[in-house]
Amino acid sequence: MLSLFSKKRIRGGVHAEQHKALTATQAIVSNFPLPEKLYIPLQQHVGKPAEPLIRVGDKVLKGQLLAYSQGMISAPVHAPSSGIILDVNDYPAPHPSALPIRMIVLETDGKDEWLPAPIVADPFQLTPEDISLRVGAAGIVGLGGATFPTAVKLNMGRENRIDTLIINGAECEPYLSCDDRLMQERAGQIIDGVRLMLHGMESDNAVIAIEDNKQEAFLAMQAAALPYPLIKVIQIPTRYPMGWDRQLIRYVTGKEVPVGCRSSEIGVTIHNVGTAYATHKAIRLGQPLVNRVITVSGGAVARPMNVEVPLGTLISELFNFCNVNSDLTARIIMGGPMMGDSLPHTGLPTVKATSGILALTQSELKNTDEQPCIRCASCVTVCPAGLRPLDMANNIRINQLDVAVDIGLKDCISCGCCSYICPSNIPLVQYFKYASGEVAARQQAQHKSEQTKRLIDARNARMERIARQQEEEERVWIAAKKERERLKAEQEALV
Amino acid sequence: MYVILAIVSLTSLGLFLGLLLGIAAKYLKVESSPVVDELESLLPGSQCGQCGFPGCRPAAEALAEGKAPATICPPGGSALAEQIAALLGMDLDLSAVKEPELLVAKVSEATCTGCTRCFKVCPTDAIVGAPKQIHAVVADACIGCKKCIEVCPTECLQMHPVEVTLRNWRWSKPALPLPEASGAVC
Repeated sequence: MLSLFSKKRIRGGVHAEQHKALTATQAIVSNFPLPEKLYIPLQQHVGKPAEPLIRVGDKVLKGQLLAYSQGMISAPVHAPSSGIILDVNDYPAPHPSALPIRMIVLETDGKDEWLPAPIVADPFQLTPEDISLRVGAAGIVGLGGATFPTAVKLNMGRENRIDTLIINGAECEPYLSCDDRLMQERAGQIIDGVRLMLHGMESDNAVIAIEDNKQEAFLAMQAAALPYPLIKVIQIPTRYPMGWDRQLIRYVTGKEVPVGCRSSEIGVTIHNVGTAYATHKAIRLGQPLVNRVITVSGGAVARPMNVEVPLGTLISELFNFCNVNSDLTARIIMGGPMMGDSLPHTGLPTVKATSGILALTQSELKNTDEQPCIRCASCVTVCPAGLRPLDMANNIRINQLDVAVDIGLKDCISCGCCSYICPSNIPLVQYFKYASGEVAARQQAQHKSEQTKRLIDARNARMERIARQQEEEERVWIAAKKERERLKAEQEALV
Repeated sequence: MYVILAIVSLTSLGLFLGLLLGIAAKYLKVESSPVVDELESLLPGSQCGQCGFPGCRPAAEALAEGKAPATICPPGGSALAEQIAALLGMDLDLSAVKEPELLVAKVSEATCTGCTRCFKVCPTDAIVGAPKQIHAVVADACIGCKKCIEVCPTECLQMHPVEVTLRNWRWSKPALPLPEASGAVC
């Protein structure tokens, strides 16, 4: 019985087909031809969009600040190459709706000339606050896909006295292997980034967690971490969604992050390996986040690969480079197949969050021929958040959103395990995404009706004030008129 | 003797209680139904008339009497309908109610003469402008009451659906695949 409680347990999850061998065995391709135009969205992170400080026609160098962060939670945007600013306007966003979002269009000059940056001799002499500042100024955000500004997380870690930094090398999504290749090829730089993060958070211990299907990455990281006994490299079971922060924290530390709390409140913080690598480049080389490794894979891709591209590269150029057969492509996905977003076309730019672009054929897609729920409860078994997806979906179907919220809609992470396992092909995650949006829309409507009331009250008060003023003026005018008449009468009497 | 005592005591008791009730009726007088007041405070109060009643107060009265459905107020939407239903203890079937498409007014700059009539009638001050200047509608504040449309002399104000942006884009509800399944739940 004791062993049952002491054993590290994983809740839910699925064994999805890996499809990683397509790209995981080849080195990262770094000779991607520089695109003529780069489309750089001003919002590539959680929080407020960045505010542009360049003008159309300006000449910029690679790494130059294009837009500064505004507000507490935001991140700046830098030029991914040297060239001339063509436009600052609305262009389709890499989002399932492809609705427009503000972007900077940069015409590259082909020189790819870096803005000279001062090199810090020994970054460990910098104060932890300075590390956070530099990470923030480099525009680094969580590169696992959450895109939360890393500097804010480092500050929170320092304030909450973190005892363990977990580096997420799980990469549990099928097809993706960009973190795997990064760990295999650039382990030293990642470990350096981890040490800088630890310095920035005034913490000592780090655990690098890698799924046990990435043996070579594990060995490379272990070798690189050998000189630093406080940085442990461990293997974790291969099971989707192992890379979900709460699942990973539960497995590594045995602690459960309470609902509605941040992991830093229980003394743990989590960063992606890609983020650690970007931190290394920002502090050691003074290079802001302007490019990243992206996995291009899927059945319709003739040359699947991991490729390092400047941010803002259009997906169509990436597909040209990788020889994607557009006739075979049934669906384009940004991110992994489980949680990624399906995109309507390829004229959309890659952003900081883009870990992979998949071009899937019809045979790789799930059968969507929906059948009634047979209450097999497979979805309950696989839910890593411990929810009851079938009950939630049933309530949402009959528009009882309050009930769905009561039984845990807000704790759903849209990991897709339930939709994946459902034998009746019910689009469960779509129900939850729809319901979350609807709940948010209702809150907005509520807010609007309160605002409307406030506006009406303000208007009524103003109207009353104006009416009072007019009355007052009229009274004064009448009094003045009477006075004039009296004076006139007096004068006449005198005459 | 006992008879007189009983009569006197009961009469005095009756008089005393009657007096108490009389005083209570005078000092604790309820001007109007508290339910109507409460309903009126829930309603937006813009007197826009989209419900078919002359204002929010008559609408609240109709609701209290059960003559109007909880989904009476278009600007309030389903959020308000739920609040009303909870207050009145009504059953609310939102699945049968199709959320009306929210329309907002928009000024066509080509034909606006800057006559200022529209922003004088706007109940939420959603229209900004000045004499002989082109006016504009603040879409976030517009409640779609169409009062400005009625007074516009050049018909430059038109109702348009709310523009879909990344801020308000939402996932759609999955369509029900099977006729028998849809019959079972609706």
